[in-house]
Amino acid sequence: MAKISLEELRKLREQKQDALQKRDLAGKDSQIIVGMGTCGIAAGAKTVLDEFLKVLDEEKIENVAVTQTGCMGLCYVEPTVEVIVPGMPATIYGKVDAAVAREIVKSHVIGKKLVTDHIYDRPSVDIMKA
Amino acid sequence: MAFRNYILVCGGTACESSRSQQIFDNLKLEAEKQGVADEVQIVQTGCFGFCEQGPIVKILPEDSFYVKVAPEDAHELIAEHIIKGREVKRLLYDKEKAAKHAQVEDIKFYQKQFRIVLRNCGFIDPENINEYIARDGYAALEKALFEMTPEDIIEQLKIAGLRGRGGAGFPTWMKWNFSKNVESDIKYVVCNADEGDPGAYMDRSTLEGDPHSVLEAMTICGKAIGAHQGFIYIRAEYPLAIHRLEVAMAQSKELGLLGKDILGSGFDFDIEIRLGAGAFVCGEETALLQSIMGHRGMPVPRPPFPAVKGLWEKPTVINNVETWANIPVIIHKGGEWFSKIGDEDSHGTKVFALTGKICNSGLVEVPMGTTLREIVYDIGGGIAHGKKFKAVQTGGPSGGVITSENLDTPIDFGSLVKIGSMMGSGGMIVMDEDDCMVDVAKFYLNFTVDESCGKCMPCRIGGKTMLGILEKITDGKGTMKDLDTLTEIANTMRKASLCALGQTSPNPVMSTMKFFRDEYIAHIVDKKCPAGKCKKLISYVIDPAKCKGCTACARKCPVSCISGSLKQPHTIDQTKCIKCGTCIQTCKFGAISIQ
Amino acid sequence: MSVVHVKINGIPVEVEAGSSVLAAATAAGVKIPTLCYHEDIKPTASCGLCIVKMEGSPKIQRACASPVQEGASYITDDPELFQARKTVIELILSTHPADCLTCIRNQNCELQKLAADFGIREIPFDARVKRLPKDESSPSIILEPTKCIKCGRCVEVCQDLQGVYALEYVGRGDGSQMQPACNLPLNDSPCVKCGQCAAHCPVGAIYERDDTELVRQAINDPAKTVVVNIAPSVRVGIGEEFGMGDGALTVGKLYTGLRQLGFDKVFDTNFAADLTIMEEGSELVHRLTHGGVLPQLTSCCPAWTDYMEKYYPDMIPNFSSAKSPMQMQGPITKTYWAQKAGIDPATIVNVAVMPCTAKKFEIGRDENMSASGYKDTDISITTRELARMFKAKGIDLSVLPESDVDDPIGEYSGAGTIFGNTGGVMEAAIRTAYWAVTGKELEGVDVDAVRGPEGIKTATIKAGDLDLKVAIVSGLGNVKTVLEEVRKARAEGKEPPYHFIEVMACKGGCISGGGQPYASSTPNRAARTAGLYADDKRSAVRCSHQNPSIKKIYDEFLGAPLSEKSEELLHTKYHQRPIYQ
Repeated sequence: MAKISLEELRKLREQKQDALQKRDLAGKDSQIIVGMGTCGIAAGAKTVLDEFLKVLDEEKIENVAVTQTGCMGLCYVEPTVEVIVPGMPATIYGKVDAAVAREIVKSHVIGKKLVTDHIYDRPSVDIMKA
Repeated sequence: MAFRNYILVCGGTACESSRSQQIFDNLKLEAEKQGVADEVQIVQTGCFGFCEQGPIVKILPEDSFYVKVAPEDAHELIAEHIIKGREVKRLLYDKEKAAKHAQVEDIKFYQKQFRIVLRNCGFIDPENINEYIARDGYAALEKALFEMTPEDIIEQLKIAGLRGRGGAGFPTWMKWNFSKNVESDIKYVVCNADEGDPGAYMDRSTLEGDPHSVLEAMTICGKAIGAHQGFIYIRAEYPLAIHRLEVAMAQSKELGLLGKDILGSGFDFDIEIRLGAGAFVCGEETALLQSIMGHRGMPVPRPPFPAVKGLWEKPTVINNVETWANIPVIIHKGGEWFSKIGDEDSHGTKVFALTGKICNSGLVEVPMGTTLREIVYDIGGGIAHGKKFKAVQTGGPSGGVITSENLDTPIDFGSLVKIGSMMGSGGMIVMDEDDCMVDVAKFYLNFTVDESCGKCMPCRIGGKTMLGILEKITDGKGTMKDLDTLTEIANTMRKASLCALGQTSPNPVMSTMKFFRDEYIAHIVDKKCPAGKCKKLISYVIDPAKCKGCTACARKCPVSCISGSLKQPHTIDQTKCIKCGTCIQTCKFGAISIQ
Repeated sequence: MSVVHVKINGIPVEVEAGSSVLAAATAAGVKIPTLCYHEDIKPTASCGLCIVKMEGSPKIQRACASPVQEGASYITDDPELFQARKTVIELILSTHPADCLTCIRNQNCELQKLAADFGIREIPFDARVKRLPKDESSPSIILEPTKCIKCGRCVEVCQDLQGVYALEYVGRGDGSQMQPACNLPLNDSPCVKCGQCAAHCPVGAIYERDDTELVRQAINDPAKTVVVNIAPSVRVGIGEEFGMGDGALTVGKLYTGLRQLGFDKVFDTNFAADLTIMEEGSELVHRLTHGGVLPQLTSCCPAWTDYMEKYYPDMIPNFSSAKSPMQMQGPITKTYWAQKAGIDPATIVNVAVMPCTAKKFEIGRDENMSASGYKDTDISITTRELARMFKAKGIDLSVLPESDVDDPIGEYSGAGTIFGNTGGVMEAAIRTAYWAVTGKELEGVDVDAVRGPEGIKTATIKAGDLDLKVAIVSGLGNVKTVLEEVRKARAEGKEPPYHFIEVMACKGGCISGGGQPYASSTPNRAARTAGLYADDKRSAVRCSHQNPSIKKIYDEFLGAPLSEKSEELLHTKYHQRPIYQ
């Protein structure tokens, strides 16, 4: 990346805003976002992340991007994972372990069924809309 | 095939006790009956945290938020909402807005949290600068560099009314203005990321989740005061935050958002990370600056204040992580916008790390003026395991306890001081009936005594002496005169200590003595610990009427102090008992109690 | 200079802007209790005793560290402040051993005085005294951490005033201690034994090694001939221990006292100071005229030589090879005088009374300190130790008659006596070097350009065609500035900025040495310095080369300055030492 000018920054922002809204990451339409703050990692988020990658690979699913984010604030149910699949509500799962990760892929991503007992919610409004 | 609708039924402890299981079962049954079982997925979820209004049912994708739902409502929810697509207005949380199709965002509960600092945490990939940029990242820097004068920037902070989030609440614009007005060839900008209060992790999470917000803010400050070098002082125990910062710095340098000639504006600004070794006192700004300069982290007298004479005798603006994270938003959206959030005393939001005996421990960001009750009960979901609320500790080891009578106090800088606590950096520890307040005071004092740099005599000796007295009390050897002695030392420490650590370390003791004097007296006069916490004052006793003589406790006891023959009531030899509590956990008959 | 107007307890006072509240209070005649504060160092603000209130401000300030604000009104005492101070003192006492009667600082302890002033009769807190082992590794300084109140003065003195960094704040909280880094014994630390830590310690936590018993044993041994020599500044310091006032010149009484103590002969280190000038001055002239390494650095201060060997070994060639006066007096005593007196040098015990703790180290620093074939100086005691010896024997210096020094190694010139204050060695050297270079005596011998209490002084002295550029440093913390100038010129291949540099490790020179009666303060240093200049002024002979006894020793024994005999007895070598052993 070269150093950018003001105009280029603005252009970049517009582009990326679209991308972020669509969550369109290089042709992938779905996203699994793992909360990788210290709290998440301490609770096993790394294992969960690995398991997601493993299961997606096993199932040969290529339209799902696995990314990380910081603490979602729901520390009491770490590790937390947000799953965004077209046609389904964006869902935050809590207390996710490897087994649950596997189930999320099989059930939520493939079967389009939410995984009972692990759904928590987005904790707050987003000020960017305010 | 995807489902048409999703019905989320709260399965938290509180809602379950309000028959949420039955609601779930009934909804399933109704869906079958009404022939939509294939179109709707009904799931049980974790606690929504809004227990006051439970049981809660949420239907997606409409995001309809139904409260106080009864099992009998299942039929109507399926028939009306799922089949006819009409919301069941009488069950909606906000009936007024039902017409406009209530959204989660409109519901008061969720408005109790309001994310400025944590705006991107848990949303963007912190290691991808593009996602930050997409969320208006570096838009404030654009504005600051190309559209605003240093005076404009400081004016916006003044209008915003932002006060330092590190604890003391000093107006941020004033600090910046002091530094701006000092003539100096070199000035510095420092981020205090030496978060150290027990149970507090707001800053760590902010840096881990949104490192660019701090980098952007520091650069804006550089422009405002005329500094070209920043330092982030962060404790080495935060490796992930450090990593994210390093990644973020590398990315913004690559894009030219940090370094020479930022965005072609001609303005240079660079940032270095300095690792702290984890001394609590280094969170005190003068000690922190000493540490950055390579000296022992000990507070030095103020004035001169860092804003005038800080790092290497140069004007230095030092703010904590949370303060910094507010700044890009203030500059981007304007001080006016920010000033409308919060209450009269304090503007904006405050992030709290809600921990302790609370259902939903976590990181919450609320507008100033929110009451403690709202945080504890609405957001935090109340006290865990159905226990009774006793107190909340705010302000960490410098703060005090807040009791149930003050739960409706709005959280802002002024109000908390009025009730004997303080905002502090944002640790919020909830205590229930099982917490002994003398023990709590001892815990915090032990922490500050351990973390005292040892330079200043009132703090070094006073703290340790107070701790000795508290130990005496929890050992059952205290006298009523000890309470006066504690007060006398506390008064002296508050007046004669050099830095805030020493001045405030008696606060937990003084505050618990004020609100829970009866507990101190119970320890001193009755030689009893009402909460059953202080080991020297409790004994484990087997109720012979309840004991079945199963021998389980005797087998588990690590010091073999439980005796008795099979099927006969057992007894505990108090002289040998180490009060580890293993027996009480082992007993299946509830025969063992603490007395 | 801008002036600030404030009120102290209602008393209006005008002070320089930037002055502390404490200074303003002093100016207003108001005494604020202090413990950690010392004028020689920047405030550590550790004790919390000097707390004051400023009207209209809720914050309590430390008077020592708070600059006055224009128009402010300060309250230095009210019931609240008094109670807080009293509690602080009680807290300190609860962690301080009540060993006053057997403490080296008994009746001379700043904490003891505070306890007395505040009328502390009982300590309301449980005693919590940590008994820690003494550090007796150093030949000069004893650390007794049990008594330490952690005021931080010693650390500030060691690091800031002296630039030595032997003492550090170690540990934290209740476990904090002032000691060398890494828990090293003091002797393995960079310590240069200047003793300024001891001179500034308010209590009995750092003090000189007491060698008075060795002296007593020697005196009591009939087989020994015990001789003594006294350093220049002893004569203007010791009187303070006997109520004679700051800087009182006690020389004649001191000779009498020493004889009463039982010394067989009483000599004066000032004689050797004159000898030093002859040797060191000749060395300077030699370097100037033979293209020797310049600048020449004085070497009479053992703390300074130790410092240089550790921190500036590249300056070794610049050092004058001349020994210190004490270590010239030693070999001369055991050779020249022993021969003259017909005494077997093996039976001579040579005692030096010094204002200095480093001298205890110097007498055994290497084999050159036994140039006579015996240990040249057997025992070096400090002024404070001598005062204690007098007191133990009931000798009241103030009432003694005066007497004369013993010949032939006691007579001194005015130049010899000013060796005790900063600028004195330089002035003495100039007086003789001028004569050596020009062949003429310096007119009106006073060299005002090199006098004064400043830490760094520079001057250019005209001696015939020569512009002698000199620098004078006192306080080791200042030496870096001058030496870096020299290093820089050397690195750039330029002419050295100075020809001759005098360094004394202690602020103000030996008059304020680590072994002098406790009194480090600006007025006290001025009084002691004035005492030495008065001694110089009243001397019949004001230049070393004019001292008849000096002329005589060269005629009879040494031949000439820098002669083979002189080199053997009066000169030494320096070598690099590791900063940490």
